[in-house]
Amino acid sequence: MEKRTDKNSYTLLFAVGMVAVVGSVLAFSASSLKDKIAENKRIETQQNILYALGVNENDGSSAVFVSKNKVATFFDQYVTKQLVLQGDQVVEDDQAYLIDVKAEKERSKSPDYSRKLPLFVGEKDGKTLYVAPIRGKGLWDAIWGFVALDENMVVQGAYFDHKGETPGLGANIKERYFMDDFIGEHLLDANGAFKGIQVAKGNADPKNIDKMDNQVDAIAGATITGDGVTAMIKADLSLYTSFFKALK
Amino acid sequence: MALLSKKDTKLITDPLADNNPITIQVLGICSALAITAQLKASIVMAISVIFVLGIGNVVISLIRNIMPSKIRIIVQLTVVAALVILVDLVLKAYAYELSKELSVFVGLIITNCIIMGRFEAFALGNGPWRSFLDGIGNALGYGLILILVGFFRELLGSGTLLGFRVLGDPIEKTGLYALGYENNGFMLLSPMALIVVGLIIWIQRSRNTSLIEDN
Repeated sequence: MEKRTDKNSYTLLFAVGMVAVVGSVLAFSASSLKDKIAENKRIETQQNILYALGVNENDGSSAVFVSKNKVATFFDQYVTKQLVLQGDQVVEDDQAYLIDVKAEKERSKSPDYSRKLPLFVGEKDGKTLYVAPIRGKGLWDAIWGFVALDENMVVQGAYFDHKGETPGLGANIKERYFMDDFIGEHLLDANGAFKGIQVAKGNADPKNIDKMDNQVDAIAGATITGDGVTAMIKADLSLYTSFFKALK
Repeated sequence: MALLSKKDTKLITDPLADNNPITIQVLGICSALAITAQLKASIVMAISVIFVLGIGNVVISLIRNIMPSKIRIIVQLTVVAALVILVDLVLKAYAYELSKELSVFVGLIITNCIIMGRFEAFALGNGPWRSFLDGIGNALGYGLILILVGFFRELLGSGTLLGFRVLGDPIEKTGLYALGYENNGFMLLSPMALIVVGLIIWIQRSRNTSLIEDN
């Protein structure tokens, strides 16, 4: 005898019912948690910018952000100005850190759109630093970061993050030993043209003493993620060159 | 009265050794190779699988009598995927830092063959409580091997454990490195994980000869 659950009509009904139940459970939880998640992301962006500025609670060799309850105060204290660069225009906008870099990158593919470039001006230990967001592709998914520069486009701090790089390999771009290597590296070559910083294998300078070589040491086993970091620095930071030239 | 009967205890202890999902059934190898370059990642993955397999087994066991057998694989997949997304959402809202650690594992949990394997082999034919124990037991057995492999790969590949430099500093040449020791970069690559798993299987079978099949 055929079992009740083997009937085609039952199977179809079960499938429809299951989709409805699972779908509404997920949709309900997604929409009820949406605000909390967005708030967490906003705080994280502020933490990232502060980290690049050198405002963090680093402990030994691990990277630690300022704690959540101090973020707002520190952000107001250290970030003095938020700018948006669009074409030749520079406007001040205290919501600039909320600009979606990914969406701006997408939009700028159309030739008549000039991309909004956020830039955060900060004061740390008497120095004026400029923090720019960057975004690119790693091996599996998006990678992004915030780089703090001085007026000569010398890196003063860097924070990188990723969506899904391999743990222990590409994911190590957010480890301090990798990020700290960028500090002091020049983005411009000796003639003042934009060159970027290459994440280089076979780097002759593993202790990173030569800061003028436009190179940092790569991570073993993370070639494609490293190339992604090289590419996003080149593509996104070069857009700020004219702003820095105009500073002088 | 004992908390668990003898038969129930076996559900937990068997997968830890003589019926280990990785070394005996050779399931869940994909994630065992992919994420064991670091001990911390192994531990996080082990905990995630314990959670998903424990709850998933109970859910499948509860709906096992009303589930049409023709689409049972799809139903099982939906249950795992929904559980994983739910966990991910809750973590993103209430434990954002932890969710960032977990990000990449979410996809890997769904593809873990142990989960589907236990749904098929156990939860479909047993009650919720026994399925729960079976899920926890198998996830623990999986986690045990993962942590073992992660321990050796991180120690020999990077010279660290949970990020701490236990063997000295390779660039400053302190500790073991002063004697000319070098990290073995091979350990960071997936094939070495397979070899480490192979060595564990070898040791286990030579200690317990009843596990060796006759030809």
